[in-house]
Amino acid sequence: MGKVNLTLLLAAVAIVIIIAIALIFPLERLGQLYSLLLIFGGLVALLLRSIFAKEVDRRIIFLFIFVAVAAPLLFPITFSEKPTAVVKAVFDRVESLPPGSTVLLSFDFDPAMAPEVQPMANAISRHCLKKGHKVIFMSLWATGQALLTQSLTNTILPEFPEKQDGIDYVNIGYKAGNEGVLNVIVSNFEKMFPTDVNSVPLGEIEIFDDIRSCRDLDFIVSFGGGLPGSKEWVLFVGDPGGVDVAAGVAAVVAPQLYPYYPAQLVGILGGVKGAAEYEFSLKETYPDLKDMDTPGLKMMGPQTLAHIVIISFIVIGNIIYFRGRRKEKGQ
Amino acid sequence: MRKVTIIVMAAVIVLFLASWILKAGAFQGEHDHYIIRGFLVTFAAFLTLAVMSFLYQDNPYYKFAEHLFVGVSAAFWMCMGFWTTIVQNLVPRLSTSLADFFEVPQRAEGLNFFFYTPVILGILLLLRLSRKIGWISRWPLAFIVGTTAGLNFIRYLRSDFIKQISSTFVPLLGRDWEGIGAFFSNLDLSATGQLVMMVSNWVIFLGVFCGLIYFYFSREHKGVFGAGSRVGIWILMITFGASFGYTVMGRISLLVGRITFLFRDWLELI
Repeated sequence: MGKVNLTLLLAAVAIVIIIAIALIFPLERLGQLYSLLLIFGGLVALLLRSIFAKEVDRRIIFLFIFVAVAAPLLFPITFSEKPTAVVKAVFDRVESLPPGSTVLLSFDFDPAMAPEVQPMANAISRHCLKKGHKVIFMSLWATGQALLTQSLTNTILPEFPEKQDGIDYVNIGYKAGNEGVLNVIVSNFEKMFPTDVNSVPLGEIEIFDDIRSCRDLDFIVSFGGGLPGSKEWVLFVGDPGGVDVAAGVAAVVAPQLYPYYPAQLVGILGGVKGAAEYEFSLKETYPDLKDMDTPGLKMMGPQTLAHIVIISFIVIGNIIYFRGRRKEKGQ
Repeated sequence: MRKVTIIVMAAVIVLFLASWILKAGAFQGEHDHYIIRGFLVTFAAFLTLAVMSFLYQDNPYYKFAEHLFVGVSAAFWMCMGFWTTIVQNLVPRLSTSLADFFEVPQRAEGLNFFFYTPVILGILLLLRLSRKIGWISRWPLAFIVGTTAGLNFIRYLRSDFIKQISSTFVPLLGRDWEGIGAFFSNLDLSATGQLVMMVSNWVIFLGVFCGLIYFYFSREHKGVFGAGSRVGIWILMITFGASFGYTVMGRISLLVGRITFLFRDWLELI
């Protein structure tokens, strides 16, 4: 009976706190506040449970991660990003190229990588077109071509209606052959890509008037996270062709590319954090782009909360482990 | 079949149909094929939830989604292989009439009979399906392995070996060293400043050196050598930790992608 009364009392206190918060805080902040209360309250409860050496079901962890990711999507929490040197190097490189330079953007990823790679691909495409560079879009992944078309038709081109196909940008699409394609285009584009995606011969496309191979390009950015990807661009085009290459990659791959920075890679955008930093730099430099869609920045809210939850669970797991070890020693 | 299973299955079917009808209704007027679009969005949401249901426990919905994914992937890559490699890359170089049949543009350089070699090697590779003459498939396989190794050898030697070693030779005093007095009088704590450069160059130098010591097994890891080895293992652990951190970030991004789909495209909450 005493236990039931205590539970009722706690429930009543919780309801009073919730109503008090609802009256004090502005309406648009309530969702965020309740989500944070739910997550951190739950974590404290689990911490207490672990201190009293009770087991935590693995499904509780999954539930927490789900709430930590879902809540900031429903009630957006955004953070400002300070661009790191490795991301700023890519931004500065695009910024420092004179207008009219030719930049190649390769969409070497699939739908599984799209949530983290597509935001950075869109941001750099936007930046290049904004600066007046000529952009060649291509893909070494079959699945990349559909995502490239999606980016162009849904996001990039509607923002730049004045840009003309073949003059300001061109989509030469996907070509099968992995590293073999790179090995050929480092000396001749036309051998691998006789036409663009609209079946227009490369010889009739204005952008290719002065471009015969990758060696004639001013800058290359490869977006990916698998094979072939940024590493192959360095190995088969950047180093032998003497062309500047940058990488925008899925977070899993980023640590493997750091040894190439800064000698062989101009810079690296690693995962959604890299995308968010690039979007932040773009918005800061170009105030007229302040209303652009920033999926990278939006994803940093769920990322931050999910990381806090994961770190908390690592702490809780260690508490359970060390308590168990002390108990064993005691026995 | 258990009663609970039948109830759950019935509930899933009812929810699926309800979602399909509602989504098709929402797309009416926006899309020409609104019924198909409604089905596709509902089916994508169902598959997402089916895969996520594995986190609770293994179940037939997860199994269905898994098998469907494997089957569709295999079929997709087979079709892509045929249309992008054989039709687009090979056919225009072999036959004008075949190129016309598949409606692929002719190559400017014309036909090249040298490309019959990969056709023959490709057919030989398929002989693996035969028990009697399956051994012939080792020849094209050996050709593939040999060509790949030869092609990659020079690239890796230059980019992953020579250039990586030269990148390790960094100035330990940072760039433009003008003496200790000038260093302290112009002390710069920014990320590109001389102090930070000096520290990071020392980390690269010691990290590589101690990492190599850890993997040198011809001498017992004792004394100064042992201390170097211990620093080496710390460097390795920090590297693995950074990789793990990046992996967590990547996986969370994928989850964000799926939840965004559920909330935006399916439930229209955001």
